[in-house]
Amino acid sequence: VADIALSDSVKASAAMSRTKILGRLRFGDMLFRNLTRAAAILVLIILSGVIISLIKGALPALQAFGLNFLFEERWNPVTEKFGALAPIYGTLVTSFIAMMIAVPIGLLIALFLTELCPMWLRRPIGIAIELLAGIPSIIYGIWGLFVLAPFLQRTLQPALIAWFDNVPVLSALFEGPPYGIGVLTASFILAIMVLPFVTSISRDVFEAVPPVLKEAAYGVGCTTWEVVRYVVLPFARVGVIGGVMLSLGRALGETMAVTFVIGNAHRVSASILAPGTTISATIANEFTEAVGDLYTSSLIALGLILFVITFVVLAAARYLLLRLEKRVG
Amino acid sequence: VQVARTLLHAVIALGTMTAVSTYSASAADISGAGATFPYPIYAKWADAYKKETGVGLNYQSIGSGGGIKQIQAKTVVFGATDAPLSGEELAKSGLVQFPMVMGGIVPVINLDGVSPGSLVIDGATVAKIFLGQIKSWDDAALKALNPGATLPRQPIAVVHRSDGSGTTFNFTDYLVKVSPDWKSKVGSATAVEWPVGIGAKGNEGVANNVAQTKGSIGYVEYAYAKQNKLNFTKMINKDGKTVSPVSETFQAAAANADWNSVPGYGVILSDQPGAQSWPMTAATFILIHKQPQDAAAAAEALKFFAWAYAKGGKMAEELDFVPMPASVVSAVQGVWAKEIKDPSGKPIFTAAR
Repeated sequence: VADIALSDSVKASAAMSRTKILGRLRFGDMLFRNLTRAAAILVLIILSGVIISLIKGALPALQAFGLNFLFEERWNPVTEKFGALAPIYGTLVTSFIAMMIAVPIGLLIALFLTELCPMWLRRPIGIAIELLAGIPSIIYGIWGLFVLAPFLQRTLQPALIAWFDNVPVLSALFEGPPYGIGVLTASFILAIMVLPFVTSISRDVFEAVPPVLKEAAYGVGCTTWEVVRYVVLPFARVGVIGGVMLSLGRALGETMAVTFVIGNAHRVSASILAPGTTISATIANEFTEAVGDLYTSSLIALGLILFVITFVVLAAARYLLLRLEKRVG
Repeated sequence: VQVARTLLHAVIALGTMTAVSTYSASAADISGAGATFPYPIYAKWADAYKKETGVGLNYQSIGSGGGIKQIQAKTVVFGATDAPLSGEELAKSGLVQFPMVMGGIVPVINLDGVSPGSLVIDGATVAKIFLGQIKSWDDAALKALNPGATLPRQPIAVVHRSDGSGTTFNFTDYLVKVSPDWKSKVGSATAVEWPVGIGAKGNEGVANNVAQTKGSIGYVEYAYAKQNKLNFTKMINKDGKTVSPVSETFQAAAANADWNSVPGYGVILSDQPGAQSWPMTAATFILIHKQPQDAAAAAEALKFFAWAYAKGGKMAEELDFVPMPASVVSAVQGVWAKEIKDPSGKPIFTAAR
């Protein structure tokens, strides 16, 4: 009887400790799950907090100027008349020109790396491009102001002005004294800055093209150009567009480098040699000394506009990349 | 192990002790915030003052606008601003304002074939250049002012501040005084709607942009023009005399100003009369509460300012700032004794005169 009693109690205690351990494990699991969930929710809270405070801060300006805020060029701290047209225009134009330069070059580099480059050269070029992405933007700004801008003022800009002097539309596009800095210089700097993004994303996308497709194309006698043109590019199209949009998101928000070389003038000029400004450059320049509630509020409203533009661009990019992943997967 | 542990304890104890002692030192530090223009001289004074008295100064050069906001919110003991507040604003916030130190603003140019400090320019012409009405260096107005010089046919690139600044405030205030056109079209403020030109951040930004851009003109604090070895211009002052930007002409402008004409000594030193006066001289101001929350801290701050008035002149000149004239200093210290009081109504600090 004692034996049975003993084994029973042992069994019972074993079962007890078993439930205890299980309970502890379950508790640990639950704790971990909630911890990770809380961390994830924190992101949402921060994001919505940013949106709410942006809208709240921008409200006085939006109430004072209404929708006109988007289409008004004047930015006058003396009379407190503010309009966002010049910064919005500058942001879009610099980003657009930058993409016009960076996308073709980035695609060519990516194609070279995936299709044509000898194995031993791939790593050095790849690493060089990654290093380009790692340079802090202030360095680009300083380099742009001290090296690139004086160089452009002496060489490219006078040449552009002279070449297109008598061409109807282009003479307005390349008009004015060569300042060195201006919209075009800012676009060049942005192009160099987004080049690594375009390149590395395109390279990843090109590498995702199933080798069997390419080999089949080579098998039926296609040249390298034909393989790229009719197999690689069509397959990778959506992914490349997504990558371009992601780089565009970076170009839109870039602040320091642009502030150095764009000239920071609140004007919409036809000429891309003229100084201009961007949304982020305006905020960086003027926030510290903005006296008056309407002035501060207008700057926050600019931030809200940039937030919306970047959000739309990035959402579109994510959507396109998602579609690509589905197709590959 | 025992030894190591004792050692570790000793180190921790030491660490705590030093932490406590630095904390108590920093607790007695004078806190201030505001204008960036006087920051170099405030920092130099603070360094010397700390060596002499052990009391440090924690000055955040966040800009005049920020300084005004912080002193109004009472988060600092004193605020500093380049653009003086009006008597009305001072009364509303219960603040006392006084000038601390002066400097000069100089036009700087980058023009081949013109030797440094030789170009002569007057206020009306500067206004026309910054309005975009004079576009080329060989303009008739510039030729008339500089009969001997060879001015090239080169477009003028205007460089101005892109951030709000006291320098811009004083510069545009001068242009308002000398050009009705500027007054009606642009006006005067820490940031304005510039008709032409490229913007650069900070005095150093304008100095660098002028240095990099051929055919450019900008305006900077004298110290920046000197340190960057920029080509500055002479100017024709209110009395029609040609003056160079040097310490004596800045002082002449201060001496000729009528300091009591504006409440809070908020005199803007641009376009002052006098044969020797530099037309773009500027003072920078301190703001302090009439009834400070922390009377002891305010007294420490005033003690520092009194010391700077008395002993800081030479250091100011080394950095190309200009000390305040003695008459202004004694008037300011009279105001301290009369207006800045603790809750019981006693003056919190009286300068030994």
